[in-house]
Amino acid sequence: MKYLDEYRDGAVASTILAEMRRIQTRPWVLMEVCGGQTHSIVKNGIDQLLPEGLELVHGPGCPVCVTPLEMIDKAHAIARLPDVIFCSFGDMLRVPGSDGDLFTIKSSGGDVRIVYSPLDCLKIARANPSKQIVFFAIGFETTAPANAMLAWRAREEHMTNVSLLVSHVLVPPALEAILASPENRVQGFLGPGHVCAVMGYSEYLPISARYKAPIVVTGFEPLDILEGTLMTVRQLEEGRAVVENQYSRILNQTGNLPAQALIGKVFEVTDRKWRGIGTIPRSGYRLREEFAAHDAEKLFDVAEIATLEPEICISGQILRGIKKPHDCPAFGTLCTPQRPLGATMVSAEGACAAYYAYGRHLKPQGADALHRIDPTPIGAGTGERA
Amino acid sequence: MCLAIPGKVVETYDRGGLRMARVQFGGITREACLEYLPETQSGEYVLVHVGFAISRVDEAEAERTYQALKELDQLNELDAPDVDEAKADPTVSRFIKARTGNEIP
Repeated sequence: MKYLDEYRDGAVASTILAEMRRIQTRPWVLMEVCGGQTHSIVKNGIDQLLPEGLELVHGPGCPVCVTPLEMIDKAHAIARLPDVIFCSFGDMLRVPGSDGDLFTIKSSGGDVRIVYSPLDCLKIARANPSKQIVFFAIGFETTAPANAMLAWRAREEHMTNVSLLVSHVLVPPALEAILASPENRVQGFLGPGHVCAVMGYSEYLPISARYKAPIVVTGFEPLDILEGTLMTVRQLEEGRAVVENQYSRILNQTGNLPAQALIGKVFEVTDRKWRGIGTIPRSGYRLREEFAAHDAEKLFDVAEIATLEPEICISGQILRGIKKPHDCPAFGTLCTPQRPLGATMVSAEGACAAYYAYGRHLKPQGADALHRIDPTPIGAGTGERA
Repeated sequence: MCLAIPGKVVETYDRGGLRMARVQFGGITREACLEYLPETQSGEYVLVHVGFAISRVDEAEAERTYQALKELDQLNELDAPDVDEAKADPTVSRFIKARTGNEIP
């Protein structure tokens, strides 16, 4: 684990932390939303550097983690079919379904391939005209432009052997679901930088205003996370709740307009089930009706597959910031990255897998002790400063 | 997997009606689609996610971000096989090894 003296900009980090200590008057609970941020925070021990009472909880920002088990089972059912070449990003290969993972399907004769870009599926389809090429189109908004382009080109080029199994999720509805929950502890968010590089951050303005929660769009490097945390705490201490952009060197409020335009042509918003959390209204994308000929859920008979999660798993509460990995009796014992029981253990960007990878299953430390502090709810006397 | 990787555009061209580029990431050069940043020129730096450039960055930022991703082991997507290789597919086991440090059981 890396600590302050190893940072490239240790002096800057010290200044940010000193300023946090100067302005902080009470405990606050912040959530980072991007799985890359979670990984960076745990690897660098950033949560343990923060002043006492400042707690970071880890949000549902890993797309591999929140892909529902039944969608993984659907993918596996299709991948087992003899005339199918099933294409996926590498991250999904090791995610277990009810019966094995894509890798075991491959080793027992299924044609499963890792692709770098969704466009690779077009090349594979041209080279294999007698096969059905099915792409597992998962991801948040960052990945949506790439997956949209595959559907668009498949239709433009009249390719009858290319389809997408779509399980796309969206960040803003998830933040809203977390904030609207009666159990919610989260008072401010570090927003996901690369998601906003595509979408901009206009969508976050009404959420921040409605729930009086600051949202600071933040990068994933240690100094980004420290600065984003400081900006969020400053807002909370001053009784403000607006959207700010810590990551202005990468993105602006508008985002990438050509990407948004193609997403809008190919996908429409739909209700989506999130692994560990359940269904969130209008929280994902599905293919528009014009792309039905490329919709794997319509081409293959997988609609009836439904799967139950293990009861012991608390990943739903972890993803909403209500609990931490150490609160789970299975963490690091029954549930490990080799044998994950639930969402937050299935990918390196999940909170449980990150805690495990950096040895936190061995003993509770730092932020986990702070976790016991019960923060003052937002709105209860904010606005006063030390 | 939502992190984009910065690289230097070394060549731009059209392929099948799509604006494409060769993009250099450290020692690896891969293809990326420029449809979402169509005005990008050779010599510029872009953030690439799953084969698509989504945002432009300056050289210093690109270098910092690349190093930060390397430290986080978040460059795995570059290990995915080129499609021409994908038929033979020994690359899948290489990918798994790079990703998990484990041999395939």
